[in-house]
Amino acid sequence: MTWADSFLRTLKENDVRLVTYVPDNVLTPLINGAAADNYFMSIGATREDEAVGTLAGAYMGGLRGVAMMQTSGFALIANALASLIVPYQIPAIIAVSERGTLGEFNIGQVTVARTMRPTLDSIAVTHHTLTDEASMPFIVDKSIKQAFTTQSPVVFIFSPLLTGGNPAAATKLSEE
Amino acid sequence: MAAPTIDAPAVKVLSRADLTKRLVAKLGRDEAVVAGIGNTNFDLYAAGHRPQNFYMLGSMGLACPIALGVALAQPERGVIALEGDGSILMALGCLATIGMVKPRNLTIVIMDNGIYQITGKQKAATAASADIVAIARGAGIANSHWVRDESHFEELVSRRFDDGGPVLLAAKIDDKPGTAQTVRDPPLIRHRFMRGLGTARRSALDA
Repeated sequence: MTWADSFLRTLKENDVRLVTYVPDNVLTPLINGAAADNYFMSIGATREDEAVGTLAGAYMGGLRGVAMMQTSGFALIANALASLIVPYQIPAIIAVSERGTLGEFNIGQVTVARTMRPTLDSIAVTHHTLTDEASMPFIVDKSIKQAFTTQSPVVFIFSPLLTGGNPAAATKLSEE
Repeated sequence: MAAPTIDAPAVKVLSRADLTKRLVAKLGRDEAVVAGIGNTNFDLYAAGHRPQNFYMLGSMGLACPIALGVALAQPERGVIALEGDGSILMALGCLATIGMVKPRNLTIVIMDNGIYQITGKQKAATAASADIVAIARGAGIANSHWVRDESHFEELVSRRFDDGGPVLLAAKIDDKPGTAQTVRDPPLIRHRFMRGLGTARRSALDA
């Protein structure tokens, strides 16, 4: 089972049916896997904060969801987290593919990636970096359960150690 | 010359507080109402609290995405997003998403005063050239209309909100501030809203 199949299976086991996302190369197997599975309701959003807002509304309406995005998109959701998700105590599940490290070719991605963990730490949002397939199901399952039980968001950061990183990066880096 | 996109040549300038009261008076099926940051939710609060009201105290621009989420979660319930023109200008992309998803139970009401009233009445693009109804139609929400006057608004909201959408109604309003201040307690707002939608965690504390 691939890391993407494993993540989707854990979402199902926890009744997480709504997938809102802004497309990302690394998360393609997750996004396409959810779109191809009738269990999930997939909604492509135009911005990451919109994806988070839709997730919040769905939760309050009784539908659990996950928002998927890449690192640079995460940088757009600080206000949605700080003024909606955290104060209203909404258990948002957020999946971020980690760009900007371990073989990045785009300096802009490197810089924006540095803002991610400090932002999450500053507003006390739990985050876990997923690095290997063996520990991933336990981390994801327990953290989703914790999120819904404690009315708190959780962010899963998909490391290149798990995903292999951006497929375009290998070519770009070898061209230099 | 481009074709006019406003339904009537003279759209009356209306009152947000008055329109909000008229809307609330028409709600008879426990419709969910999600009101955006600032004056929009202040006037919803002032119209009389209902268990199915959600008041945003931040996250400017997210009233429509939040309402979309509620609409997807509860397809049998009518859901209404109340938003200001400045807020929707910040989040125009969500109109394209809603135009694509086409939730039949979602209605959007835009209160357009052409200014950022609450921050000092700075002019918005809607005062110059941006036409919210034309933008919404272009985004795929074909059923988008300017409100001509109070009776036209009443006619437009005298319907079942759980079907026939997505609908967008935009009203030109005056520059008055909201008429009340919503209680600033986000967990309480969220919990009460979820109780109103039948999704809240049940416990002895509800007694």
